[in-house]
Amino acid sequence: MSGHSNFQSNNAVVKWIEYRLPIFSFVNEALVVYPTPKNLNYWWNMGSLAGVMLVVQIITGVVLGMHYTPHADLAFDSTEHIMRDVNYGWLLRYMHANGGSMFFAVVYIHIFRGMYYGSYKAPRELLWWLGIIIFILMMATAFMGYVLPWGQMSFWGATVITSLFSAVPIVGEAIVAWLWGGFGVDQPTLNRFFSLHYLLPFVIFAVVFLHLWALHVHKSNNPLGIDIKGPQDTIPFHPYYTVKDLYGMGIFGIIFAWLLFFAPNLLGEADNYIPADPLVTPTHIVPEWYFLPFYAILRAVPDKLFGVIAMFASLFILFVLPWLDTSKVRSARFRPVYRMLFWAFFIDCLVLGYIGGQPAEGIFIVIGRLATALYFLFFLSLPFIGWFERPGKLPESIATSVLEGGGGGTPDGAAAKAEDRG
Amino acid sequence: MADSTGGDGHDPGRRDFLYVAAGGLGAVGVAGFVWPLIDQMNPSQDVLALSSIEVDLSGIEVGQSITVSWRGKPVFIRHRTEAEITEAKAVPLDVLPDPEGDEARAQKPQWLVMVGVCTHLGCVPLGQQGEYNGWFCPCHGSHYDTSGRIRKGPAPTNLAVPAYIFLDDNNIKIG
Repeated sequence: MSGHSNFQSNNAVVKWIEYRLPIFSFVNEALVVYPTPKNLNYWWNMGSLAGVMLVVQIITGVVLGMHYTPHADLAFDSTEHIMRDVNYGWLLRYMHANGGSMFFAVVYIHIFRGMYYGSYKAPRELLWWLGIIIFILMMATAFMGYVLPWGQMSFWGATVITSLFSAVPIVGEAIVAWLWGGFGVDQPTLNRFFSLHYLLPFVIFAVVFLHLWALHVHKSNNPLGIDIKGPQDTIPFHPYYTVKDLYGMGIFGIIFAWLLFFAPNLLGEADNYIPADPLVTPTHIVPEWYFLPFYAILRAVPDKLFGVIAMFASLFILFVLPWLDTSKVRSARFRPVYRMLFWAFFIDCLVLGYIGGQPAEGIFIVIGRLATALYFLFFLSLPFIGWFERPGKLPESIATSVLEGGGGGTPDGAAAKAEDRG
Repeated sequence: MADSTGGDGHDPGRRDFLYVAAGGLGAVGVAGFVWPLIDQMNPSQDVLALSSIEVDLSGIEVGQSITVSWRGKPVFIRHRTEAEITEAKAVPLDVLPDPEGDEARAQKPQWLVMVGVCTHLGCVPLGQQGEYNGWFCPCHGSHYDTSGRIRKGPAPTNLAVPAYIFLDDNNIKIG
């Protein structure tokens, strides 16, 4: 536990393998001695939780794939077969369905964490990009997974989302027919969605690897948003953050278990227990909760093409965030104006989520449009805030900040003082 | 693992206990997660529900056989002739690779019920063929007699007799 020394072992087998494939030193450097800022708070638990959820989703998904039949006539029944006949099938399917929600929940917190503490700024722009790519891949995977049970919501969700592409001028209809493999969502669509739903998690896994690679070059950001200046600012990942991550996983597991065992259909739609019927649309179509803000933006624009453009823009604007934000200071703790805007943005996202779940009528339309405008205003105001905002005084280093906080005190204490001075 | 040379003043006994307790609880949790993943591959409830079948024997004349599907496998039901029964009963047990009396294999001598899967490597034997006038497996040349007992070839044991009962004179329930 002496710190950053090179990996050494006296075990003959370990040495034999290490000489040929230095996997032990790799793991040692990535997960054991890996120098981590000593002031990370619990918002930094979300990354490892997201990794765990990806693995849980892959394991339960592979298992469900052993019992599921991707055929329009059999998909719904095979899903019910899993729920009723397969040993622990109910548990595995609920774990997979609610696991998707939990995965998105931790990833959303992870993204907001990154925005609050400026984790997207230089030199972590590519790290941020890889994260957005993972997020987009997750959305595609989740959407196609939701189609597989072949209930009413599956079918009509697939119809609505694939029809987004019909907004593309000239080639729109051709693209949609290509996506469907027919004249509507049908057997070919289901079959290819199953194939891609099985594939994409492994693509995500590969991008997660790149995400971690990029992370380990410049190391984790931290609540102060200042660089690591030396060994005094860091502690080894193990045991300090392995234990902290495991503790967070325990709390997370309790929440997940509550959802899984006491409210497994809380986040689902009752209509999806009706087999898909191409002749009847449910009266109220809503996507899963994690798509609602984007769905609200889509509906806020009264033009088909521009609605679709707005929805994709709301996602892709995240890519340019590192350059929209002109401030040199990372953490919102030292940015009074940005901090207020961040919380306004956060609340705006919640409002969009709420509006996305409501019928598109009356006051909901007005609120949806206002919230959509605010969503984009947040991003577009960032370059100007960087000019006029007067950030608080940054601490000299992570180490001094921790010590100023008073031994066992939290870094927040030090940060609050710094903010007062600003 | 390294001994606690950190000099943090903690009682090593207490620390060991915490390690073992946390590790033990973690192991229980992992086992609880792994078991459903394993058990899901066992036969599901709908498969188990179809694990027994009833067969009407009334249409099968002497010397005729039928093959029914039971648990996805063929079951031979043969209405044996007197000659076949006599032949089967006459075989001394000590010439059999897998000694088993004909009485133990047929609840009623005229009805032979057995799983039509060669005990060698799982092929389906052909009826009324082979050197013993019983069944012959074309895959690797196993010969079975009129009681479905292995007589010659690589198969180690007799053709299996499934659990079955006579519901009445003409109906049996297999499984």
